[in-house]
Amino acid sequence: MNRNANIDSRKRTEPLLRVVKRAELTGRQIVLLRLLAVLLALAAGGLFILCLGYNPVAIYTRILSGATRSPMAIQATAKIVIPLLITSLGVTLAFKMRFWNIGAEGQIIMGAIFASYFALFHADWNHWVLLGAMALAGILGGALWGLVPAFFKARYGTNETLFTLMLNYIALYLISWLQDGPWRDPGSQGFGKIARFDKNASLNKVFGVHCGWIVALVLVAAVFIYLRYTKQGYEISVVGESQETARYAGMNVRKILLRTMALSGGICGLGGMIQAAGADITLTMGVAGGVGFTAIIVAWLSQLNPVIILAVSSLFGILEKGSSVVQSDFGLSTDCADVLQGIILFFILGCEFFIRYRFVGRGHGEKAK
Amino acid sequence: MDLLIRFVAAAVAAGTPLLYGTLGEIMTEKAGHLNLGVEGMMSVGACAGFLAGYYTDSFALALLAAFGAAAASALIYGVLTVTLMANQNVTGLTLTIFGIGLSNFIGILALGRSESGTLKLPEGITAQMRGAGIPGLRDIPVAGPLLFSYNAFVYIGIVIAVLLFLYFGRTKSGLNLQAVGHNPGAADAAGIQVTRYKYASILIGGGICGIGGAYCAMIINGGVWVSNNVGGLGWIAVALVIFANWKPLNAIGGSLVFGALRILKFYVPKSVLPLPNAFYDMMPFLITALILVVTSMRKKQNLSLPGNLGNHYFREER
Repeated sequence: MNRNANIDSRKRTEPLLRVVKRAELTGRQIVLLRLLAVLLALAAGGLFILCLGYNPVAIYTRILSGATRSPMAIQATAKIVIPLLITSLGVTLAFKMRFWNIGAEGQIIMGAIFASYFALFHADWNHWVLLGAMALAGILGGALWGLVPAFFKARYGTNETLFTLMLNYIALYLISWLQDGPWRDPGSQGFGKIARFDKNASLNKVFGVHCGWIVALVLVAAVFIYLRYTKQGYEISVVGESQETARYAGMNVRKILLRTMALSGGICGLGGMIQAAGADITLTMGVAGGVGFTAIIVAWLSQLNPVIILAVSSLFGILEKGSSVVQSDFGLSTDCADVLQGIILFFILGCEFFIRYRFVGRGHGEKAK
Repeated sequence: MDLLIRFVAAAVAAGTPLLYGTLGEIMTEKAGHLNLGVEGMMSVGACAGFLAGYYTDSFALALLAAFGAAAASALIYGVLTVTLMANQNVTGLTLTIFGIGLSNFIGILALGRSESGTLKLPEGITAQMRGAGIPGLRDIPVAGPLLFSYNAFVYIGIVIAVLLFLYFGRTKSGLNLQAVGHNPGAADAAGIQVTRYKYASILIGGGICGIGGAYCAMIINGGVWVSNNVGGLGWIAVALVIFANWKPLNAIGGSLVFGALRILKFYVPKSVLPLPNAFYDMMPFLITALILVVTSMRKKQNLSLPGNLGNHYFREER
């Protein structure tokens, strides 16, 4: 009787499930948990495809083979991966510092705009000098667009998530202004557009893909080394963990903030230059095309690790290219790739929880300790 | 005068989807959750609302479907950020990409299965939606077209704004919700069911966004389905929340202003003021960025801004 009353009162006060911290998992357990999450995500995506009346296995194999079946398909996949990879590396620097740079989209655009100036008005320069100038301009454009929110964050604590978001659209409409106004191609009819770059101002091809892929791979190594083995990289992670600690250790947090955002924006800007001069061979409003947002997902999925970023952005490239093949073969639209990417990240985000916490059912309080 | 009336009417039409997105996001942010998935939730609502309208020919069912589907997508965000404490920015962004993708995907699938190759809303529902304003009143000169000539979405939106205003300011539950957004630890200690409030506000907020999406799909393109029909309005809504200072009634005025900015380029003759179109398109974002900077420079504590916005709450880490 007494005992029953006890349980009753416990039922009333204790929630059905509660959350407790768990002892740290080993590295292998964490990897297994994440792999499980990806498998579950693929299963959930398969269920979705099944509900639409298609065979998920057939669709998945088609995505994989469609993106890799021929040298041409691989080249097309690589072309998708390059901007995504570079941008993901860029945002990684900011995210490591817990600076929510949602503005990669705008930084890509500004880089592309700055680089396009040289491509359009100095196309007669020596090819390598011109490309060098375009790359520097791209880095500068992106860095400026990253420095603006960093400056206000450091000086006044302005919310960077929302500020960088606004800067994306300001940059986007700058292109719209340029293509309708000062940079309008006199030969274009109806809607304004910017002239195609001279061949002299476009990136050379190596193995059939513009040489941006070499830059991207070099950046993977550079960012990896920078974050892991340099003093500046260390400072970034300290500021990310706790600004107070960084200050106490004598670091100039404001300077680190500005420097890192200039780098982060600069890398994204370089990505914009490469996309404009390598893939589009002109400047359009679609130069970023959502890559800045997808890059955030890639960086997060990869735990901000440059080597994993290489793998995940390749996976996303395969999903995207493969979806276009699925579109022509099965009549499913390429938006399928976005849905699958979303599902995968939802599952990974969910699984992170189980690495640090676990649920305890009602009445199992003792075991929690 | 006639031009002015037409301008205001067009601004209201352009501002209405923004009003829904803004109200939905205010509701969500009041619980301390920054959901960057507005664009995605609106897209999901657009798809669900449009298809429900297309197949059932009922406006009420379309609204219900839009609300329900968007709330369901918000539930993904809720589970991940409230219960599983995932990063809010990343979860919201993923919801945006996922939602737009899902909406376009299902839209194209439905297009492929339709006989005519296009999806156009049937006459019946178009008449119900456009039932154009309030009979009798809409024929009054000047005030008629200005106040009483709109489609049902406009009035429902204003009603929701007023209801939210009353809820936040005049009810105990509304105050509790804001306490959760400001300081979940204190709210929890005061006996408020933090998790329950968070889920409720995220789901209802998402649903409201979804109705705005339905507007995009059902009204803007004349009742014909096109991909990407929300087209960035969700992001403007995120900006508008700041512009409206997290106040539902301000959201009405704010969305009218932003709606007017969106169509201003069609009404200002280039011979009078030779500004490029891009300038007008940029205005909402430029203004919001300035507001962000100015408010942070003033350093004054902003009581409308949910103090704990963007942070998750774990009971044992108080």
